[in-house]
Amino acid sequence: MAQVTHGLGGLKYDPGKKARPQELNVLVALIVIVAAFEILGRLLMGDSFLFNTRDNIDTLFNQQRLSIIILQVSIVGVLAIGVTQVIISGGIDLSGGSIVGATAMIAMSFAQTALVNGQPNPKAIFGDWAMDLPVIVPVLVGLGCGLVAGLINGSLIAYTRIPPFIATLGMMVTARGLSRWWSNGNPISFPTESFAAIGKGMMPVAIFVALAILFHVIMTYTKYGKHCYAIGSNEAAARMSGINVNHHKILVYAIAGILASLAAVVLSSKNLTAQAGMGMMYELDAIAMAVIGGVSLSGGRGSIIGTVLGALIFGVIISGFTFLKLDAYYQEMVKGVIIVAAVVLDQWRQQRRTRG
Amino acid sequence: MTDIILETRGLTKRYGGVHALEDANFILRKGEHVAVVGDNGAGKSTFVRQVTGVEQRTSGQIFFDGQEVSHSGPLEAREAGIETVFQTLALADDLDVPSNLYLGRELFKFRLGPFSWLDRRTMRERTLEALKTTAVKIPNVDNPIRNMSGGQRQCVAIARAAAFASKLIIMDEPTAALGVQETAQVENIIRGLKERGVPMILISHNLRQVFDLVDRIVVFRRGRIVASLNRDETDGNDIVSYITGVKGGEVSYA
Repeated sequence: MAQVTHGLGGLKYDPGKKARPQELNVLVALIVIVAAFEILGRLLMGDSFLFNTRDNIDTLFNQQRLSIIILQVSIVGVLAIGVTQVIISGGIDLSGGSIVGATAMIAMSFAQTALVNGQPNPKAIFGDWAMDLPVIVPVLVGLGCGLVAGLINGSLIAYTRIPPFIATLGMMVTARGLSRWWSNGNPISFPTESFAAIGKGMMPVAIFVALAILFHVIMTYTKYGKHCYAIGSNEAAARMSGINVNHHKILVYAIAGILASLAAVVLSSKNLTAQAGMGMMYELDAIAMAVIGGVSLSGGRGSIIGTVLGALIFGVIISGFTFLKLDAYYQEMVKGVIIVAAVVLDQWRQQRRTRG
Repeated sequence: MTDIILETRGLTKRYGGVHALEDANFILRKGEHVAVVGDNGAGKSTFVRQVTGVEQRTSGQIFFDGQEVSHSGPLEAREAGIETVFQTLALADDLDVPSNLYLGRELFKFRLGPFSWLDRRTMRERTLEALKTTAVKIPNVDNPIRNMSGGQRQCVAIARAAAFASKLIIMDEPTAALGVQETAQVENIIRGLKERGVPMILISHNLRQVFDLVDRIVVFRRGRIVASLNRDETDGNDIVSYITGVKGGEVSYA
């Protein structure tokens, strides 16, 4: 039993009682949702959601389903990592999905192969000089697109003081327009083999997990992460303490842009094509993953671990609905309800905290 | 070497046509605790904002530690050794105590631009030391300060100022938002600073507190310094007379 001491104001304060980490609640929610699908599956479908029921395969879990769950959220998950650090530092980024579209188009046009089945590439958008380039070229061009878009977002927000919502909304519309204009709305296809390898099989999962670990470390152990939380928590105090808030914000949005363009490279490689409508609504899914994972929209609170768990909840819900053979529009409706519920819970927690 | 730490000569600040501060001549000696009192709008906070570089003066001179200074911002003042505890808390609620103490001046294990690796262990240890020397009691420094009472948070702010202030602490109504017990705790910390010989300027409306804590009381009225009185040679009624303008006149040097 921890000893209860009295605070300076005479309030009771139990030093042994550490606030329960937010991520634990999200993990519990994830387990509850998985359990619900397991029970519903056994009752309604006579099949297990989580465990392997086929005799010819000798594994405990249904590995196919598990890998689909994580694969289908990996690419939006990369966006969600970027959005998480933006929201923690007190901003919002609506431009991610459109940056995915624009980057996919531009990167793919430098990733095309000259010959398709011995015939000249029918979708060629540039001349021969842009054919069969080493894979590094389309990747760097793609990341460059994201960097530029992020720098524009960040500079607008830092120097013109317009709200992040407006700045990134502008980028969202502009980048979508750019991706339509790039090839007059035509898809761009037939990438080189080396480019196609980036998103092959479980590669998107590997990239997502690696980035999640990297950004968890950055947000927890480095000055960058500390200042993200400080600015999101109290921007005036951060400024007064000597943090260069403007530079930090530009960096935050630039990183979000780079992560969005990385998601675009992986997505276009996985799909072997780029279309102007790619990444539509990804920004909202990414924000939803972060919010479900306990990232507070008012800034200062949340973590990469939370967002990863939020992404998994997302994946489980989509797979679960498919498993129960429910129509896709139910998925959308339930997703909406869960997002609102997550924000309401966040509000409640905040109120309880301020009451002491 | 003189024993004067801060001196202002003819310090004046106008906001358009409003004369917020007129010809303020002020001296603070090493180890001295001075209270600045006066009605709302008398120029107390304006005076502090000029000294800490939050605003730029219209005219006049400021000498700090024997040199004429012209701080372009609060950061420069801080680097010169002036720490300020503001009326509104300048803390990040979602960070723990060490992160707040070291906000903007973190210690690193190794440097890598923005991704420099924080030396969390050393910052935590030095935070505990700083809290000990300022006699601030915080049960668990690893909790975000959001979960702490107003008094505890103000203590963190004061501990931060005390830990880094090498030459001068300025406190702008540090107890205005606190309860009785919390106020007592903050006052104890201020007494500790006095024992350690850290000079302080205290802005306060609370005359009981002022008489308890400081050596000298400077009264502002309508942008001018109207009195500078040693604590032992005055009383509450006297001070109030100066604040309200019943007694008046100007002092050439406060």
